[in-house]
Amino acid sequence: MKCSEFLALLDDLIDDSVTPEMRAELQTHLRKCGHCEVILNTTRKTIEIYRSHEIYDLPAGLRDRLHAAIMARCKKGC
Amino acid sequence: MSTIQLIAGELEPHPDVALVARVRGGDVSAYDTLVRKYERQIFRIAQHITQNREDAEDVMQDAFLKAYEKLDQFQGNSKFYTWLVRIAVNESLMRLRKRRTGKMVSIDEDIETEEGSVQRDLADWAPDPEQNFNQAELAEILRKTIQGLPQGFRIVFVLRDVEGLSTEETAETLGLSIPAVKSRLLRARLQLRERLSRYFHRKKGSGETRNKQ
Repeated sequence: MKCSEFLALLDDLIDDSVTPEMRAELQTHLRKCGHCEVILNTTRKTIEIYRSHEIYDLPAGLRDRLHAAIMARCKKGC
Repeated sequence: MSTIQLIAGELEPHPDVALVARVRGGDVSAYDTLVRKYERQIFRIAQHITQNREDAEDVMQDAFLKAYEKLDQFQGNSKFYTWLVRIAVNESLMRLRKRRTGKMVSIDEDIETEEGSVQRDLADWAPDPEQNFNQAELAEILRKTIQGLPQGFRIVFVLRDVEGLSTEETAETLGLSIPAVKSRLLRARLQLRERLSRYFHRKKGSGETRNKQ
């Protein structure tokens, strides 16, 4: 397997949507290729970091304003 | 027949179904529950697309109001959350169009056509690299990095990897084909990885931390 073939299947490997046979092939490539191993590990880490860190805080008071707007709309319509 | 039974047997009703039914029956407090459940996600999505705090606040409010008003049109064949995300994405794109005074804005904007390439001289990252930064520094790095992605990559990454939509749901929400979502997701992940490497790479010879100021 070439690195380009490995990269084409990187997402499927990360998302765990490869067949056991394909996974075995990918792992064989990984054992020989430090480059692809770094890509796999750091791409996984990239996703994990973005998932676990809140980068935009919900502004204070926004929920109250929204609630008030919904109640106002509700009085008219329900 | 057996297929239908199988599907019916596999699916449990999503908790939102009962909440939506209560709202339809006139119980506004049930809608408050839905708002509290999804407000952060909707605000984040709006902020990622509009890249503007005020616009994101307006989009969040408009999206929840619109969903409330259109609840009768919600078919229930998709999840309430996915339906809500679709409204928020459309509201965000409309807001961008207004800001850019009529210039066409779509999720295809800024998409490069050439295949993404990956550098050969890769440096591995430090272990738990985020721990070398305080929370504010890290948030700034993550914001700057994702803002640098083309819009069409950024939104696919956000919906798929941050907000947890499936590939199919992301495709449906954005009006893209599944192969298009997959291709954008791969390139978004690789570009983010490469950009974050500037901050997170392992220092030669040290094996661990970067100097903090």
